[in-house]
Amino acid sequence: MNKEKFETVIGLEVHIHLKTASKLFCRCENIFGGKPNSRICPICTGQPGVLPVINKEAVKLAIKASLALGCRIKKKSVFARKQYFYPDLPKNYQISQYKLPLAEGGHVYVDGEKINLTRAHMEEDAGKLKHTAAGSLVDYNRTGTPLLEIVSEPEIKSPDQAARYLKILRSIFRYCEVSDCDMEKGSMRCDANISLRKKGEKELGIKSEIKNMNSFRGVRNALSYEVKRQTAELEKGGVIVQETRLWDEKKEVTKSMRSKEEAHDYRYFPEPDLPPLEVEETFIQSIKETLPELPRVKVKRYMKRYNLSEYDCGVLTAEKELADFFEKAVDGLTKTDEATVKTLTNWITVELSGKLNVAELEITRSRISSKMIAELVSLIEDGTISGKMAKKIFEIMWDKQESPSDIVEKEGMKQITSDDKIEGICKKTIENHSKIFKKYLSGKEGVIGALVGSIMKETGGQANPQLVNSKLRELLAEKK
Amino acid sequence: MTIKETADKISSGKISASENLKKYLSGIDESQAQLNSFISLSKERAIKKAEEVDKISADLPLKGIPFAVKDNMMLEGTQTTCGSKILKGYTSPYTATAVEKLERAGAIIIGKTNMDEFAMGSSGETSAYGPTKNPVDITRIPGGSSSGSAASVKAGQVLGSLGSDTGGSIRQPAAMCGVVGLKPTYGLVSRYGLVAFASSLDQIGPFAATVEDAAIILNVISGYDPKDSTSLDIAKKDYTKDINKGVEGMVFGVPEEYMGEGLSDSIRERVTETVKELEKNGAKIKRVSLPHTKYAVATYYIVAPAEASANLARYDGVKYGYRSDNADELIEEYIKSRQEGFGPEVKRRIRIGTYALSAGYYEAYYVKAQKVRTLIKQDYEKAFKEVDLIISPTSPTTAFKLGEKFNDPLQMYLSDIYTISCNLAGVPGLSLPAGTDSAGLPVGIQLTGDYLSEEKILRGARAIEGLYNKS
Ligand SMILES: [Zn+2]
Repeated sequence: MNKEKFETVIGLEVHIHLKTASKLFCRCENIFGGKPNSRICPICTGQPGVLPVINKEAVKLAIKASLALGCRIKKKSVFARKQYFYPDLPKNYQISQYKLPLAEGGHVYVDGEKINLTRAHMEEDAGKLKHTAAGSLVDYNRTGTPLLEIVSEPEIKSPDQAARYLKILRSIFRYCEVSDCDMEKGSMRCDANISLRKKGEKELGIKSEIKNMNSFRGVRNALSYEVKRQTAELEKGGVIVQETRLWDEKKEVTKSMRSKEEAHDYRYFPEPDLPPLEVEETFIQSIKETLPELPRVKVKRYMKRYNLSEYDCGVLTAEKELADFFEKAVDGLTKTDEATVKTLTNWITVELSGKLNVAELEITRSRISSKMIAELVSLIEDGTISGKMAKKIFEIMWDKQESPSDIVEKEGMKQITSDDKIEGICKKTIENHSKIFKKYLSGKEGVIGALVGSIMKETGGQANPQLVNSKLRELLAEKK
Repeated sequence: MTIKETADKISSGKISASENLKKYLSGIDESQAQLNSFISLSKERAIKKAEEVDKISADLPLKGIPFAVKDNMMLEGTQTTCGSKILKGYTSPYTATAVEKLERAGAIIIGKTNMDEFAMGSSGETSAYGPTKNPVDITRIPGGSSSGSAASVKAGQVLGSLGSDTGGSIRQPAAMCGVVGLKPTYGLVSRYGLVAFASSLDQIGPFAATVEDAAIILNVISGYDPKDSTSLDIAKKDYTKDINKGVEGMVFGVPEEYMGEGLSDSIRERVTETVKELEKNGAKIKRVSLPHTKYAVATYYIVAPAEASANLARYDGVKYGYRSDNADELIEEYIKSRQEGFGPEVKRRIRIGTYALSAGYYEAYYVKAQKVRTLIKQDYEKAFKEVDLIISPTSPTTAFKLGEKFNDPLQMYLSDIYTISCNLAGVPGLSLPAGTDSAGLPVGIQLTGDYLSEEKILRGARAIEGLYNKS
């Protein structure tokens, strides 16, 4: 309807928890959950007289994540105090980076489109509030967890693209092993700035900031709702108010939380308890060397090496664990020609993925190992089993976690390929199906399919259908 | 009695730490009511510690020395109030690095000393626990904010104490009470466990009766601390080693800006006299200029309140400390807890700081103040290319009457006019007694040195101390 008139402009601020052993400024353990207030100390609860000491491992992971996004790492960055009062923030200020962030620039490709990044900076997380009938409770276990905030340019064009951008970030960070990026557990969080403008216009429209989107679906739905809301407002000639809005997942609407006038003045100033964070080039280089092959590079390599489609490669590389599984399986193949790898790819992306989905299992918990699936594909490719048999074997592999060759052995499921055996079976079948044979003689060559079907049924699918087909033709031709 | 003499006696077994402590505890029983120099005493803990020290056979630099620490330093299990109602009853959950070092060196900490609330004040009168009296004349202020730390040493309640100095809070009360007080180079003593007032200015330092005792304490408390990211990672020094080398060949600078209007005549006389004596003893005297001194107070009253406004945000009634009973919801509880928990001077500075950091004012105030701060640093850097030490008065007046300036914050702020620049630049400064004024009140002289020049400062101070002890 209005699609011709307006275009959507979205910028995302993404927070990820860095997977360090301890918190950002104290030595408390950095893990999810736990008994409330069981992982706290004077420093992360803001007792008088405490001082922050930066966790070097967190700096390393933050640099690694930034490098994976192609950011420029600043040799000198500065922590600042972001001030606001809230019970989940023990010092009533958050130590964050403001004017001089750790990293600038960088980009992410979303479906071939380049989304530029503004910056990435480090900060500490706040605690959690729990509202009960008896009053509000606060849990400081999460307080001081190291975060990296990645700010994109306002270049994302749709709610769908926003969700895909997030998934790509998650994939990259999981590849780098810097974060679990679990939106459910809050180790990946996202706020969005969204505005509309008339098509072709350069200037950005008035934006609203959307918070409280706790899943990929939530991001897509909240932003879609916002596009509709803003479009309706603009179409009836109204103006968008600059404000912060909260996504209500149950009611599927965004609600105004505070206007621009009510916005916080955070009174940022440089954190006097921490000297500027200075990183040396050699340190950055040493981290660069630990970067794994990232999904985009992997896709290109797979396409070139195995001649797989971009789509297949995209599926295989979306999660590092799946790509690792695929590569291990390739190593286990007896032949790695394009056709065999393509067969393997299908087995992984269709059959195995389907099973995992139904069982709600991650690939790392798969009941069929990479070695087993490679063996299965090798058996298909060397003609030991047919595709149909392979499906049966696959089911047994999944249920009993046995190797395909063992199953073939045990169940006597080897494909019948010996010329003598096939000939014997064919002869017998022709004899047993005199009616069909007569039809054939009367010129109805199509009935040969019925004979093949009957043989396959009799042999439990073990006879090689191509061989059966050609042998039947040969025998029938003789009898004509 | 000095620290050195007492530690020797205890180490050689002439007296036990426990016996020695008993004497001091009964002294405090007599004088505390009059001076109000302590906010809390931990006698039982001290007695236990003395017994422990008596079991140690090794010599320790502060073995059995009765000690006091300002009530803004953490000592696990004891109360830390910062002189404020908002922290009344707060029990330290850990021990400050400097305090831990004292105890490891054998010091017996008797109690926590009275102070201006959150170290904001120059007279001791902003304490929520009543003002500390100057032992020299109990109708007068002992200076501040480390009021009790200065007074307790002067009164002989303890042999040494720790204070903190953000704009003169060690040196000014040392001058008012007539004891030695040293503010070390920023970063020389760990701030871990010192309740922050203005983080980029705060520094812990010693009070003692003699320069040598101050050096002995500095030996103990100085040194790198991985818990404080602003702590300096440098090799440890023995600050007593060169202390008696005299001033021959040393160059002293007299800054014209510190000798002009506002300075009391008798203090000017003492400084001029001292300079002459130093010259007689082989020192060279030069005039130096610190032209940005005139902006120091204004700069300080932007930087310090700005940092304080953030540092004191944590006192909100949620986690610990005072919580108002008169609130029904969160915002009201924040406001009332802070309104009722903080005293007027603290609230004034929080307001100034909040304002200076607000959008639209930040550049004009905070950023500008940081620029002036750089200029003040450069003044010192230039001066210390020409001179070893700068000699000046510590404060423009001697101890004034209790209540005299309490309702005039500007006059009160000017008390620190000669001490503030050191903190803004981060350089060390020491105040030591140099005679008295016509009323018999102690006059303080301040020596300022370049970064990490504590050895030189102590050496110069020891020489001046010698001059006054002779006469
Ligand atoms: Zn902690």
